[in-house]
Amino acid sequence: MTETIGIWIAAFLTLCMFSFLYKDNPFYKFAEHLFVGVSMGYYIPYTFYNAFLPYAYEPLFLRKDYILIIPFIIGILYWFRFSSKFSWISRYPIAFSMGMVGMGVPMSMHATVLVQMRTMMLPLNNINIILIFIGTISILLYFFFSKAHEGVYGKFTSIGIWFMMVGFGASFGYTVMARISLLIGRIQFLLGDWLGFIK
Amino acid sequence: MKRQIPMMIVLILGLLFVAHVFIPSKLSADYLDWFMKWTKVIGPFAIVLGVFSLVLVHYNKIKRKAPNWGYSIVTLAALVITTAVGFIWGIQEGTPYMWIFKNFNVPLGATMFSLLAFYIASAAYKAFRARSIEATVLLVAAIIVMLGRVSIGQAITHWIPDITEWILNVPNLAAKRGIALGVGLGMTATSLKIMLGIERSYLGGKD
Repeated sequence: MTETIGIWIAAFLTLCMFSFLYKDNPFYKFAEHLFVGVSMGYYIPYTFYNAFLPYAYEPLFLRKDYILIIPFIIGILYWFRFSSKFSWISRYPIAFSMGMVGMGVPMSMHATVLVQMRTMMLPLNNINIILIFIGTISILLYFFFSKAHEGVYGKFTSIGIWFMMVGFGASFGYTVMARISLLIGRIQFLLGDWLGFIK
Repeated sequence: MKRQIPMMIVLILGLLFVAHVFIPSKLSADYLDWFMKWTKVIGPFAIVLGVFSLVLVHYNKIKRKAPNWGYSIVTLAALVITTAVGFIWGIQEGTPYMWIFKNFNVPLGATMFSLLAFYIASAAYKAFRARSIEATVLLVAAIIVMLGRVSIGQAITHWIPDITEWILNVPNLAAKRGIALGVGLGMTATSLKIMLGIERSYLGGKD
């Protein structure tokens, strides 16, 4: 019984959302606002049970790890963001979290620069490897603005645009297919789970 | 006091993280454990900011009787009910909380994102009108990749899936790699700017 009610509610909300294809209307607005409320409502207990209880409450109050009172208090300092007079206090927990950027310096250098360069430096004995090499170099030079893009240099950097256009086209194609598969999923739900036309 | 101390915290913790990566030792491993342990305690408190902000926006809309204020009641009611259900019956599989997730959250989210399938088509029409050779390249690459990922592409000719693979593995890889190198250098530079206090927008406020 609850499953049937659930399917009917899900179908109604799906149709409310799809009604936006006609134009903005009260059904869509209702579904949109409901989505915001339910999503936020979902994350409150989720965070409480999966983050607050195991990592803050239990170690501090049940296992008596009293040193954790310090991050506990630092966390509470976030709430000063809503005070116009003391909002600067909320910078302390933000600063603590921002300390992570120190990890970003060597990690981003390693993962997105050094590893990429290493995988690019292969023997140029294959047409595809040569194309990848030329494409990468021409894209990097395209974003080098200290020299005017004219003459032979300009022509070489324009090859970079071509490579980027192919890359953007491929990414766009992938995005379209991902959205289409979501749409197919919703249509299957309406015709299968709800109306029973698809077995 | 208001800006300098937070900036000092970022600098010190940041330098310790750099040391953690470059000087692997028990001490640096302990530092990472300590930081992660404290971050996990601090993190959950931040959700209150989001909840309070949402409630404040919609409460003010209701109070001022702003246009469409009735929908704000829907948002707040959904927020309160879902939260209460989660706290009363728990969040395990089979609870009313998961029933709400399955029958409200999932269809709403999936349908909202599937709507983009329609709008992306009209956006594609506007963007892809082959007005230049570069736009034509983008259009052709997108069409081949789309056809190559579905069975109709194979049905037309076996070349389409092969060309799709080649596009993804060669020119697309070159494009991704070139952009990734730029992004990596940008991330490194931004991280250094934050650590050294040149970039301070995360502090917010004026004083």
